[in-house]
Amino acid sequence: MMNAMKISKRNKLVDGLWGYAFISPWLIGLFLLTLIPMGQSLYFSLTNYHLLESPQFSGLGNYKEIFMNDQTFTQALKVTFLYVFVSVPLKLAFALGVAMLLYKSIKGMSIFRAVYYLPSLIGGSVAIAAIWRNLFGYDGLVNKLLGTFGIPTTDFINMPNTSLSTLIVLSVWQFGSSMVIFLAGLKQIPKDLYEAAAVDGASKTRIFFKMTLPMLTPIILFNTVMQTINSFQMFTQAFVITKGGPIDSTLVYALYLYQKAFVFFDMGYASALAWILLVIIGISTVIIFGTSKKWVHYEN
Amino acid sequence: MAHTKLWTKYIVLIAGSILMIYPILWLFGSSVKSNTEMNSTSLFPSHFEWNNFLDGWTAIPGFTFGQFFLNSFFIAGLSVVGTVLSSALVAYGFARIKFPLRNFWFAILMITLMLPTQVTLVPQYILFKNFDWIGTALPIIVPHFLAVGPFYVFLINQFVRGIPNDLDESAKIDGCSQLGIAFRIVLPLCMPAIITSALFCFIWTWDDFLAQMLYLTDTAKYTVPLALRLFLDNSSAVTWGPMYAMSVLSILPCFIIFMFSQKYFVEGIATTGIK
Repeated sequence: MMNAMKISKRNKLVDGLWGYAFISPWLIGLFLLTLIPMGQSLYFSLTNYHLLESPQFSGLGNYKEIFMNDQTFTQALKVTFLYVFVSVPLKLAFALGVAMLLYKSIKGMSIFRAVYYLPSLIGGSVAIAAIWRNLFGYDGLVNKLLGTFGIPTTDFINMPNTSLSTLIVLSVWQFGSSMVIFLAGLKQIPKDLYEAAAVDGASKTRIFFKMTLPMLTPIILFNTVMQTINSFQMFTQAFVITKGGPIDSTLVYALYLYQKAFVFFDMGYASALAWILLVIIGISTVIIFGTSKKWVHYEN
Repeated sequence: MAHTKLWTKYIVLIAGSILMIYPILWLFGSSVKSNTEMNSTSLFPSHFEWNNFLDGWTAIPGFTFGQFFLNSFFIAGLSVVGTVLSSALVAYGFARIKFPLRNFWFAILMITLMLPTQVTLVPQYILFKNFDWIGTALPIIVPHFLAVGPFYVFLINQFVRGIPNDLDESAKIDGCSQLGIAFRIVLPLCMPAIITSALFCFIWTWDDFLAQMLYLTDTAKYTVPLALRLFLDNSSAVTWGPMYAMSVLSILPCFIIFMFSQKYFVEGIATTGIK
């Protein structure tokens, strides 16, 4: 009896050690590359820190400067919120719409799915950025098409009131990954529910709004949160296609932060910007989850 | 009635597909256009200018794109190795071994999935600068060996949980160690999830522009996206064709991988619900 307990105790200890041994690569990475850097970043945000000098404590100086005097910060915030608020809902609407068309396994479904998904896979590349500049440029295809309908041409990329919309279009174009998640969700809805609804004589629109859509709401919530978090961090396409211009009209938050850190080497200021972004993303996530009680339908 | 409905569905889907694929076709078309035809509205030119590929290959003075492709394959390849090894280990540990604080650490893993990269950008740069790693590929490759991508751990973890426990139990009775169970029994059954992780890791590392730009400061070490950006910013009307030719080549590896392994991507996204 005592022996058996000893053995089970020893087994537990051995298991515990094995467990930590297996997750040790991730634990080391967590501390070395995430937790400690986060602490440092919080500290840097309270200092004047030029890359080549050592940090000088300055209290809330950076934050004061950002909120009171920094008009570029306000502009970056405006651009980023506009980008997130327009591109995320549009992206999800397209994703859901096309998923609805695709999920009743029609012929050629996998080919359609591949075609709609492909932009998500390569949309972040420099190659796509290059062709976007061409398509929306002054001599580009979009202008020529609009011209045939008699719509006056604009230099979409280089005009401050249209440049951000080219980036939004690029983001919406990559709705494929959200669509694949919706497709997986739609497949989970039991078939007999549809049959029962049809027997009861419910119309297709009614079935969609009263049954399909409510059952998808947990996935809509998930997609909204993930897409919002990702969109707040958009960098590469603004950097390569528009370089933040013209006159800061596409200066998204991550790009402004990059400039502060790696063009002006103002590491303290950039760290403060990073923490503000973290708080903004955190609050947005909490708000989305908060409203979810009202519209997300959970099965008991 | 039902027939017309089905037809409208197909027409909408096909029209949508053309719209989705058109920018990519336009890129392919532009890569074989000569200067004179660059601004035409037709998708493909009347004369295919294959020389664009030759001109583009050597467009950056002192280097060829062969060098940049080697650099990219080297970085993406090692990153895949690191990610697969470390993520499989960590995922197995979380899924199969009971250890103190397991749920706590797993919750932390899920939270890091939502953490913006910007928060660690500056301190990580300073850390790697202190290691004297700026100008090398180490800041990009080494983190992959520490399972930094929670996505991959989560993906493999979900898969391990789906494998029946009785296999491990009988192996344990036969005197198999934890390592033996992991590497001989459970992980070989997780190949689909491991392959999916490898494919995603390859494509995301290939396109990870910011890290490459920060850490690879020497043109000789440039990856394909960096070289392409240099080419794009220095292009004038004369070199658009060659620039698009290199753009096509730059997405070709990802394109080919996707064509041959579509199902892994679709299943990977569907099970984890990410990206």
